[in-house]
Amino acid sequence: MKPPVIELAGIVKTFGALRANDGVSLSIEAGSIHALVGENGAGKTTLMKILYGLYQPDAGTIRIAGEAVRLRSPADALARGLGMVHQHFMLVRPLTVAENITLGKETTTGPFLDTARAAAAVRALSDRYGLAVDPAARVETLSVGQEQRVEILKALYHGANLLILDEPTAVLTPQETEELFAVLRELKAAGTTIVLITHKLREVLDLSDRVTVMRGGKTVGTRETAATSIPELAELMVGRPVLLTLEKKPATPGAAVLALDALAANDDRGLPAVRDLSLTVRSGEIVGVAGVEGNGQAELVEAVLGLRRIATGEARLGGVRLNGLTPRAIAALGVAHVPADRLKRGLVLDFPLADDLVFGRHHEPAFRKGPLVDRAGVRAFAAARLAEFDVRPPDPTARAGNLSGGNQQKLVVAREFTRDAQLLIAAHPTRGVDLGAIEFIHREIVRQRDAGRAVLVVSSELSELLALSDRIVVLYEGRIVHETSAAATDERTLGEYMTGRAASVPGPRA
Amino acid sequence: MRALRELVGPLLAVVGALVVGAGFIAVVGQNPFAVYGKMAAGVFGNAYGIGQVLFRATPLVFTGLAVALGFRAGLFNIGAEGQCVVAAFAVAIVGATFAGWPAIILLPLCIVTAMLAGALWALPPAILKAKVGAHEVINTIMMNFIALALVQYLGHDAFVHATVRTTEIGAGARIPRLEAILPFFRGSPVNLSVVLAGLAAVFVGWLLWRTTFGYELRAVGLQPAAAESAGIPVPRTRVIALCLSGALAGLVGTNFVMGYKGFFEAGFSGGVGFLGIAVALLGRNHPAGIVLAALFFAALSYGGLVINTDVPKELVEILQAIVILFAITLHVAIERRGRRKAA
Repeated sequence: MKPPVIELAGIVKTFGALRANDGVSLSIEAGSIHALVGENGAGKTTLMKILYGLYQPDAGTIRIAGEAVRLRSPADALARGLGMVHQHFMLVRPLTVAENITLGKETTTGPFLDTARAAAAVRALSDRYGLAVDPAARVETLSVGQEQRVEILKALYHGANLLILDEPTAVLTPQETEELFAVLRELKAAGTTIVLITHKLREVLDLSDRVTVMRGGKTVGTRETAATSIPELAELMVGRPVLLTLEKKPATPGAAVLALDALAANDDRGLPAVRDLSLTVRSGEIVGVAGVEGNGQAELVEAVLGLRRIATGEARLGGVRLNGLTPRAIAALGVAHVPADRLKRGLVLDFPLADDLVFGRHHEPAFRKGPLVDRAGVRAFAAARLAEFDVRPPDPTARAGNLSGGNQQKLVVAREFTRDAQLLIAAHPTRGVDLGAIEFIHREIVRQRDAGRAVLVVSSELSELLALSDRIVVLYEGRIVHETSAAATDERTLGEYMTGRAASVPGPRA
Repeated sequence: MRALRELVGPLLAVVGALVVGAGFIAVVGQNPFAVYGKMAAGVFGNAYGIGQVLFRATPLVFTGLAVALGFRAGLFNIGAEGQCVVAAFAVAIVGATFAGWPAIILLPLCIVTAMLAGALWALPPAILKAKVGAHEVINTIMMNFIALALVQYLGHDAFVHATVRTTEIGAGARIPRLEAILPFFRGSPVNLSVVLAGLAAVFVGWLLWRTTFGYELRAVGLQPAAAESAGIPVPRTRVIALCLSGALAGLVGTNFVMGYKGFFEAGFSGGVGFLGIAVALLGRNHPAGIVLAALFFAALSYGGLVINTDVPKELVEILQAIVILFAITLHVAIERRGRRKAA
């Protein structure tokens, strides 16, 4: 066994009463790919921020190549060969690729920047590791996958021989993910050590040599990847056996509930985002919307909900034309909605749970007495829903902002799934939610379908769409380019359509 | 429990400011204990002092509530000053024009005039915010300048010759002084509009936490995107909130014009509109807190008069500024600690 390049022992980091890291020990072998998995709040990110010099541990030691070190800043970490690729890229978008990569360590001739030499240095690096990217391109013109390469090149340019990647595949298509993995294997072959933070267990098995599982601020186990399995890792993460496959009966679609006819809508800049989109969602079926983010999914949902103007075309709900109706009027027709961004749109974080549980439903007769809030009605409803959906803590006076991501999402689900609705729209229903809650939310979505509602699910997780949906449509540049039954497709095929590589099927009016 | 925790920051701010103020008093060569003692005795030691404090607190409650209601809706109303000036002028004109009318009509008419004028003055920035997203801070400041200029201009005709005040309002528009009912307050200017201020505080609390509209208003203030998704008409809620804010600021006119002088006088406000921002801040945008903060600033203001033979009168202004600085920094510090505990 090779010597560990990094050894963490007894790392403790507390924030007030919370022990985010509670005696973490981790040893990473030089030249290996080491995966770090765990649910949200398990302490992965805190640990990596300590390693990258962003946080100082309260106790414990960090050894790099055998030497005990104190990392006081990211510059410190970088000087010792640690580079980090954040989940949200830290690039200056109007600058070129070469300018971004050399930022902080610019190539100069006298007092002037030497852009030619910068470009040459970047080209040399990208050739060596097979990270194809144009040094002269502006970052704002790049795709997400390319931006990520720039981040990796930046770390390498600054001398990193250990790369920490935080959820690197969260924003990538299946194809981009495969390309990234090829690059990472290349880097490993060249001697670079890689730490991969993720919650996607399949990727762990595909790529890593070893995997460490964290739960509740502690490392609960390290396994050789070859000797473990997804169920074992899932159980370590959650602390109990997890049902990973979703049981559902075949769909029995009924009447059309949502009918979109040649719908078009613009984005915030006034550019076309949804184009000539026709789609029917029937009662008792789940239709999944796949697509790389930013291909019109958000605008489509907003247009249906009345939050965005329908430019041309028509949306009908059970025969009622939705064009021009207010969001409240549309909701009152029987539309439940789990917003993509629960923190920004789904909940008021500073409200107590009881207030959030009726948020958007507060004008329903059960929750008001004329112009007044019916506090008893709200409280009774809240207490019942908190128990029914197992939200923790089940305290109606707790602040929503203090709950975990999974419990916040359960709060939204408890509110929306108990509406008297014909249509349920769920956007990224399990994003940032832990495994236990994912299992729960998926079961509830299927129950909604079985209760006869029409369900539209938007997600960037293809495995989620494949598990949940009866039918899947792929959105590319605002158009439906592919429609299929979920049983007849796979991630690879969907990925081809998502990136526009596969020929689009001729639409009804194309 | 939560209410107690909310009190910690403002109380620390007040204590901290008084300690720093003691330093200033010592620097000008006076004994801080003696000066504070004299201040306390002058303010709280007799009915006249208490009456003065109530009188000075009344407009601060109105403007504090006005600013706080705006804050709750996510709007920073810096225009309370202009709103109360315009409202006071309007009250004086209406009260003088219909001087012969009986109190039963004129008194409510004048109060409604004050509220409508204040609301009207808040309406342009409110509409600009709702329709084109123009920032209400800039626009309410601009409305302050327009208010002062407008009152000056109309004053050419309205002011009594060679003065900057209007003619007297009718007897029916006068709000009785408290001394008329409670001889205890003999000589002090406190009047029944202090009761109106108390009612306004209760109303704002009721509106915010008991009505569906208040629930929507708070949601719009905390997370406008979430409010929009929940089907709440965000622009309309903002317009109504800012107009209600202006109406509350307009009620300042009742205290000065109807309850005290009986006429409008240029420069009467003494900046209560701006001080209302400090009151809302120290009172944590809560009606009960605002009443306490208004009483505190009022006591400080009158206390400054009591001791102005011993220390420069600027001391009071320095104390006010320090309280505000402490209130802001302590609030941030306490929030951060609270968040870390909760995280």
